[in-house]
Amino acid sequence: MTTLLYDGSFDGLLTAVFEVFEYRYKDVEIFGKNQYHQENIFAETHEVVTQTEKAERVFKKLEENIGRSGIHQLLKVFLSEDPESERIILSAIQLSVQHPHENILQNYADNDILKISKICKSVDRERHRMTAFVRFEKMQDGVFFAKIDPDFNVIPLIRKHFKDRYQDQKWMIYDLRRNYGILYDLENCDFFYPDEKLDLDQYEQKFHDEESQYQKLWQRYFIKTNITERKNLKLHIQHVPKRYWKYLTEKR
Amino acid sequence: MNFDRLKEKLEILADAAKYDVSCSSSGGTRKNKKGALGDSSISGICHTYTEDGRCVSLLKVLLTNHCIYDCAYCVSRSSNDIKRAAFTVEEVVDLTINFYRRNYIEGLFLSSGIFKNADTTMERLVRVAKKLRLEENFNGYIHLKSIPGASDELMQEAALYADRLSVNLEIPTESGLKLLAPEKNRAEMISPMRYIQKGISQYNDEKKIFRKVPKFAPAGQSTQMIVGATNENDLQIIKVADHFYKNYNLKRVYYSGYVPVLEDKRLPSLTTEVPMLRENRLYQSDWLMRFYGFKAEEILDPNLPFLDLEIDPKLSWALRHLDQFPINLQTADYQMILRIPGIGVKTAKKIVQARRFQILNMDHLKKLGAAVNRAKYFIDFNAGNVFLKYLTNQNLKKLLIGGSSSKFHNQFSQQLTLF
Repeated sequence: MTTLLYDGSFDGLLTAVFEVFEYRYKDVEIFGKNQYHQENIFAETHEVVTQTEKAERVFKKLEENIGRSGIHQLLKVFLSEDPESERIILSAIQLSVQHPHENILQNYADNDILKISKICKSVDRERHRMTAFVRFEKMQDGVFFAKIDPDFNVIPLIRKHFKDRYQDQKWMIYDLRRNYGILYDLENCDFFYPDEKLDLDQYEQKFHDEESQYQKLWQRYFIKTNITERKNLKLHIQHVPKRYWKYLTEKR
Repeated sequence: MNFDRLKEKLEILADAAKYDVSCSSSGGTRKNKKGALGDSSISGICHTYTEDGRCVSLLKVLLTNHCIYDCAYCVSRSSNDIKRAAFTVEEVVDLTINFYRRNYIEGLFLSSGIFKNADTTMERLVRVAKKLRLEENFNGYIHLKSIPGASDELMQEAALYADRLSVNLEIPTESGLKLLAPEKNRAEMISPMRYIQKGISQYNDEKKIFRKVPKFAPAGQSTQMIVGATNENDLQIIKVADHFYKNYNLKRVYYSGYVPVLEDKRLPSLTTEVPMLRENRLYQSDWLMRFYGFKAEEILDPNLPFLDLEIDPKLSWALRHLDQFPINLQTADYQMILRIPGIGVKTAKKIVQARRFQILNMDHLKKLGAAVNRAKYFIDFNAGNVFLKYLTNQNLKKLLIGGSSSKFHNQFSQQLTLF
């Protein structure tokens, strides 16, 4: 058994996959350095140094075989942070190299492929919810700030959506769990990685004057647009799972 | 901004608008311009859900609940003693923009009670949309209500700024409308719909020749009917929907189970339950027509004018057409696979893709997301299927609903007790 350790980036993972082929490893597992705790003392470890050239060669091959949308699916598996994601991605790439003329991602009867389709569905759902459930709060400096805590690492997947939508206001979306976010300053829309966790303690005191007024209006609207005769809490919770409530203005 | 007064108005005018079912923000795209606000995509986004389980994607309010009409089913009817309010154009624009900036909504759904006359009302609705587009550079979704009797010129302008327009048919049958809304007439309700439909098809023609044609109601038209306020049957309702889909190219028909809020001898009593299950079955039928290739005549016929409340309309169709089954999963065409109970559009597509790689069995079917508990009786696999022996069973329906119980059970006989 050989264990490949990579730096945790998608390019790093693709480099690792390249090296599995390059060194003809048979019995192999891939781990991100941070996640790895050596369990199998007989395993040989191989440290992968991320090389964009190698990653790009894998990328190109995949583009030929399964297209950009296929790569996008593998990226979603990667962002799911599923403990098995590296193994599944490797498995799919190996399958794709064996069958270059078929879109192997449609072979749903294969267990790993089915898993990919399921993970993609979960990640897509979370991505969609994060376009829906993000609540911006206007701060004194005019920046619209939102905090999120998604189960999957979806920030890279929602960046374009918000960039397209909010071009005339400054905004930030901050992932509390992963401690990074995206920031748009009317010119650029980039990821930011604060040195320490953002201090949310005195957060509400820095609201813009009118912020709490609009929050109240929205809360009242939410109550008034409900038809009590049709109450269906089960359906409500199915659509808005409780874990999102504390970030939703109307549910606070 | 006087927030207290604004809050009071919002409460009254959101409350009065809540019976309008449509909240869809889908069907059209409107790309954001550089440095502007808003962007809407074909699929739309629901930003939250009310406690009744309905989606909230648009700020849905009335411009005013003052109304000159006295329709029996409507809370805003002139003879109803309720608080009245009216937004200014600026107030609606301000709420829309500020809610949108906080990502609460996809846009605005503006309807109105009719004050003075149709044109005055329509003109005010158009003014809101125009201000949002031209002064606020807003590219989010706008749904405007077409006011029956509004002039063609105003409808033309509305279509230039709104994404979607809709007219409520209110009551599915003309006789029902006469009974409950004697001041309204069907022809007047339909005429703005016809105007918009012509405009859209003209737009599509011009679009083929010229690259730049101003958008014209890009998300199309929709309508809604109240179900259960009068005694029409489901076949009549489905036929009306089908008629509007075919002849007016509607994007959506909504069905609104009547919520008894007013005492009136022409209406079901205040203790009548909201016919939620019937409404749900109508939506399922609607889906069958729009996505499953079913014709209206296949769903119900004159001998069977009501939808079965116990089972969904597709299963009901299958049980009436057992001769069409079993369907072989490996060889049947997509359209037939779509007709298998328990298999939806997504699963059907996956089946057609996956079967090219290998022969499918029951286990695969389950993993692909089919509701196997229903589907298993209607399918043939190349390797055979033990459940097929039940296909000709007299009690197949019982077998199918045997394990399940519905919280709507008390509604199963509702059609009989309605009046």
